[in-house]
Amino acid sequence: MQVETRKVIRNFIIELVVYGFLVIAYFLLILQSIGDWLTSLYFNNLTVYAIMALVLIVIQAVVLEKVTAFLVERLGLERLE
Amino acid sequence: MEFPIAGVTISPLALVGIGFLVGILGGFFGVGGGFIAGPLLFWTGVPTNIVVGTDLAHMTGKSIVASNRHRSLGHVDLKLGVVMVTGTIIGVEIGAQLIELLEDMGNVDQVVGISYVIILILISAFTAWESIRAIRMIQAEKLAVKDVIAFQNITKRMHGIRLWPMVSFPGSGIASVSLWVVLGVGLLSGILAGFLGVGGGFIRMPLLVYVIGVPTHVAVGTDLFEIVFSSGFGTLTHALKGNVDILIALVMHTGAAIGAQIGAVSTRFFAGPRIRLLFSALPLIGAILVIIRLATGTEGH
Repeated sequence: MQVETRKVIRNFIIELVVYGFLVIAYFLLILQSIGDWLTSLYFNNLTVYAIMALVLIVIQAVVLEKVTAFLVERLGLERLE
Repeated sequence: MEFPIAGVTISPLALVGIGFLVGILGGFFGVGGGFIAGPLLFWTGVPTNIVVGTDLAHMTGKSIVASNRHRSLGHVDLKLGVVMVTGTIIGVEIGAQLIELLEDMGNVDQVVGISYVIILILISAFTAWESIRAIRMIQAEKLAVKDVIAFQNITKRMHGIRLWPMVSFPGSGIASVSLWVVLGVGLLSGILAGFLGVGGGFIRMPLLVYVIGVPTHVAVGTDLFEIVFSSGFGTLTHALKGNVDILIALVMHTGAAIGAQIGAVSTRFFAGPRIRLLFSALPLIGAILVIIRLATGTEGH
């Protein structure tokens, strides 16, 4: 049981580290490349900005979670589930 | 770091930290966490109108991550979530109309504030009482089960309502319940959420457990699934009014996403009554924050 728990914790920590790096990289990419564009949209076209806001937060959540799952599988680690 | 939409300069680490904290709470308890994130964002200097919309935006992303994780753990009843969303959205609109009615009559802040505190304290006290009883039951009878509800009177009565159409929710282990009961619970949680101006996760989670009879773990995951839609809808409406700084939300979400995963996975190591006992502290914290706001006259969210 203890071995299993340790394995679960190890896998989860690795997944979190990988996920953390990817999320931070994605965040930097967003700020670097589309930060100014989003600010400009906010002041010039609020409707498009609203749609983009929702799309971006959904993409950030969905894509990064999927990419991490893929990477963890590539690492040969069992998913917690 | 400068955020030109909100017109503030905030350390991104502070935002990631707030997101992380709220993410853990959200992933573990199935709540949006707006009652904690709101005051913290306000404290960092974000204008009040931007706080609400931005919080909803980050909540959308966080709930997607957390509910997806819960889904992979088998903790999301998609059918139940979809049915309840319908009632919730109608309820939120009714709650919002109630607010407008009160605004016309004046004193809306005090009425909402006092109602909020009373409801939060009742939820907290009942959940704590019930979960302690359930834990004692498990210990006394040495039950080898993951979840026990010590107070099933309401659930039994609700399941006894045979109003057509009857539906089943195999994902929650519910063989037959009236569709109107489920819609009614969604409606009630929506009205309270719309009336109190909150996401309503801390209201919906206990209602799912005690009224519909959903196991705690599934209630947490299904609640998060619902929050994806309710906060997504809120994000869109607030963004159209210029109340969302998506850059702040994206930064917060980097912490929230990690926190949400930790919170969601941590539920595996706790039995249902223990999750409910820990959960009972949340509404109390929310009530204390509202009391402080009412007493000091400051804007919390």
